[in-house]
Amino acid sequence: MAKSIKLRAKEKDGLATVKALISHAMETGLRKDKKTGKPIPAEFIQEVICESAGKTVLTCQWGSAISKNPFISFKFSGAKSGDSIKISWVDNKGNSDSLESAIK
Amino acid sequence: MNQNRRVLLKGSLAAGAVGAAIGAGLLAPKTVLAAWAKEAFEAKEVDAALKGAMGSADATASDKIKLKAPDIAENGAVVPITVTSEIDGTTNISLLVKENNTPLTSSYELGDTTEPYISTRVKMGKTSDVIAVVKADGKLYSTAKEVKVTIGGCGG
Repeated sequence: MAKSIKLRAKEKDGLATVKALISHAMETGLRKDKKTGKPIPAEFIQEVICESAGKTVLTCQWGSAISKNPFISFKFSGAKSGDSIKISWVDNKGNSDSLESAIK
Repeated sequence: MNQNRRVLLKGSLAAGAVGAAIGAGLLAPKTVLAAWAKEAFEAKEVDAALKGAMGSADATASDKIKLKAPDIAENGAVVPITVTSEIDGTTNISLLVKENNTPLTSSYELGDTTEPYISTRVKMGKTSDVIAVVKADGKLYSTAKEVKVTIGGCGG
């Protein structure tokens, strides 16, 4: 299921800018199905971990108030072009995905 | 009579032990997500959410945190928020939407080399203050900005 993440990381003067887009429904559990009137069960990403060159650069804890198909951008220093960058997420149902790429 | 009482006590004690064991068993898979502050995310008040996410609700207002958010968000389901902190030693950033059912939207723990900059998109139920809280050297600093929402992004 590695298709859920789109990841782009660019390095300039040692500063890497990472942008990631995850496709996920991010259901809050508060919405109701319009046809059946039943609540749609919550399904949202709880944790996103970003690693580069074996080091954790960012740990995100998300609640259900993060938008559908979450976007996250952050920067870190000490990066080299070609360094690995890995993003992994886990949702409240235990689903997970990760994607490894290289910094441009 | 007394005998029955003993039996009953023993029975309830045993049940208690079993309950505890089940509780522990249920909690075990969660340890993978030990970092996820469930109480903080389920808290209905900003203070309680902050306490759970950052360890304290005692935040000083600071103009060294730049919070970039739209003045008016047409669609509350997608409100882009960017936080940049100019406070040295920033280790954690939390983003809250005051009027949401559960104010805490997200909490970030920065690595040693990570710049205190986060950009993401959040849902907003209605017009509300967006609060960015930054932890630096164990102290909390915050800044807030009101975002007007024309169409709510929660429920529907």
